[in-house]
Amino acid sequence: MEAGTPAKTSSRTRSERKLAWMLCAPAVVAMLLVTAYPIAYAVVLSLQNVDLRFPDENSFAGLSNYATVLTSSLWWTDIFNTVFLMVTTVAIELVLGMAIALVMHRAIFGRGVVRTSVLIPYGIITVVAAFAWQFAFAPETGFVNNLPLISDEMDWFGGRFSSFAVIILAEVWKTTPFMALLLLAGLVTIDDQLYEAARVDGATAWQRFTRITLPLMKPAILVALLFRTLDAFRVFDTIFIMTRGALDTESVSILGYNQLISRLNLGLGSAVSVLIFLCVFLIAFVFVRGFGAKLDEGRPGG
Amino acid sequence: MKSGWAKRALIAATAAALAATALASCGGSSDESGPRELTFFVAIQPGGTIEEVSKRCSEESKGKYTITPEFLPTDASQQREQLVRRLGAEDSSIDIVGMDVIWTGEFANAGWVEPWTGALKKQVTEKVFPNVIETASFEDKLFAAPFNTNTQLLWYRKDLVKKPPKTWDEMIKVAEGLKEAGSIQVQASRYEGYMVFVNALIESAGTEILSGPEEVDLEQGPTEMALQVIGKLANGGAAPPSLSTSDEDSARLGFEAGESAFMTNYTFAYGSAQEEAPDIGKVMGFARFPRVDAGKPSKPPLGGFNLAVSSFSENKDVAFEAAACLANDTSQKTAVELDGLPPSRSDLYADKAVTKAYPGFAGLVKESIEASGPRPTTPAYQDVTLAVQRALHPPDKIDPEDTESIYDELKSNVEDAVKREGLL
Repeated sequence: MEAGTPAKTSSRTRSERKLAWMLCAPAVVAMLLVTAYPIAYAVVLSLQNVDLRFPDENSFAGLSNYATVLTSSLWWTDIFNTVFLMVTTVAIELVLGMAIALVMHRAIFGRGVVRTSVLIPYGIITVVAAFAWQFAFAPETGFVNNLPLISDEMDWFGGRFSSFAVIILAEVWKTTPFMALLLLAGLVTIDDQLYEAARVDGATAWQRFTRITLPLMKPAILVALLFRTLDAFRVFDTIFIMTRGALDTESVSILGYNQLISRLNLGLGSAVSVLIFLCVFLIAFVFVRGFGAKLDEGRPGG
Repeated sequence: MKSGWAKRALIAATAAALAATALASCGGSSDESGPRELTFFVAIQPGGTIEEVSKRCSEESKGKYTITPEFLPTDASQQREQLVRRLGAEDSSIDIVGMDVIWTGEFANAGWVEPWTGALKKQVTEKVFPNVIETASFEDKLFAAPFNTNTQLLWYRKDLVKKPPKTWDEMIKVAEGLKEAGSIQVQASRYEGYMVFVNALIESAGTEILSGPEEVDLEQGPTEMALQVIGKLANGGAAPPSLSTSDEDSARLGFEAGESAFMTNYTFAYGSAQEEAPDIGKVMGFARFPRVDAGKPSKPPLGGFNLAVSSFSENKDVAFEAAACLANDTSQKTAVELDGLPPSRSDLYADKAVTKAYPGFAGLVKESIEASGPRPTTPAYQDVTLAVQRALHPPDKIDPEDTESIYDELKSNVEDAVKREGLL
């Protein structure tokens, strides 16, 4: 987007800009209604004692809800769980996603078939995928315990880290295609001539990958990581289906759900939600400012 | 492209979109002349009880009202989740609510359901088990008409065990001594079913979790006795491999697969075994929920649904009548015939419908309900159950030799919960 100097702005440019604003206006209004209003309302609720079950006992609470959350060992355990899950899943997804993106990019025959089939897991609803994997790992119904090297009596959801393993597997299986797709978008923007030149200079395949592919893909990788990290921090469905947060596998989203939906304690629950929002904000800030992720780069034609 | 044209197009498009939403939102106008439309939000029953009783009561009203059932998921916490979201938003489209026995305090205190009074109150509590009436009451007012109840029995293998054990200690010893099928199936995943199990043990030991909506009881001696049972079961040879993730259905499956000599479970387990595993079904014995304290009779779990009238209903007058019909003796017989659900009226246990559904154990079911120890009634029930589940799960964290520290944790968790303090 190039803007002319103000003095030289023609009437045509001005009217076009006006049109652009008008076309954007409905979307901006919709965004304000569906995102800004609920967020502001959550902040207001988090400063009060509000419990739907005790409608006569509402009062102003100041920051006491935040104090309750931040001094609870439960919050910090759940933050640990969430960050652990986030880092492991995103790391595995990045490596696998990159491999799949390279395969999709280099596929000579059946390109369409390869790309479509890779995307299938991403098209399955998370809850359905979580149930499918839960059944697969259940000792009574699953096939996993019949595989060689795995004990028939293995109770996957009976321990913290074996539960985490299944949750991570389900998450990785589900969202690696998304990662691969974002990375593929970055991969196609790299000029093939660079590889040819490197080959002429005698660069090995590994050198071409680390010296050409990775540096040129940095914007795409950062955007993919940002999207997935934010997603992974809010993980809910898979854990809710598989363990409901039992055995210390709870994520912060499930903690928020327990306060809001189970206890109907809107004050405390909103405080948890606002804190999750701040964490997400912090992650985005670190990516954009710290690593220099640019959201408008790394896409074809961006 | 001129901006004026674009502007007009935009306005036209926005107007069209607004008109469409306005049209969509004003469907369903009320018609005063015909029968009043009542919506009945209730958990689905696979045998078709709800459809059948709704149809019958609509017909019996002779044009006064028609009841349309609206089904909720089978999972109890998801049922509640859908209901509280609607009731919290004062949704007038709910007239009658199928209320789990543990929601009464919460729904009543929030002002979501109406109290029953006068002749209808008398009618819907007639011949009903007193402890079932207790589950439908809050602060001395009746908030729902008792419909079906439920209780757990001890199911055992007659081919492996000659006489059913009287106490949990005895049962654990017998199970550990068996060469095959030496496990006991219970419900110990971190969900409401675990609370049912824990509450029954604590009640059987001679104390209770709460003695009033905000008073914690949990007398130390008996509570530790109950905790020892859980610890002994979970850490000994009688624990099935996936104890910490077991629910009603996995318990039934384990028993039907011949892995277990004992199981505590609801009455549906009998019919299921007869159909799914006839070999096991043939040798399936039944007895009362075992004792915790050898000197005190056990207090088995109590479940079930009561029917309440929503405070936001626009048809409260007829909704009370309709709910009374949905919960009457004929409806309760339908529930036991089609879905095997135990009636809440004690006089029906001699009826053919009941003796047919529970061959040989109708009397035992009645005795078990009469002796049952209901879960606490409090508006903060969800806090209490979360607190208990958090303190005692996984079950194998309870050391049967030293239950004092876990008792302290349980007690302080529950004390915070009734005050609705802290994260849960």
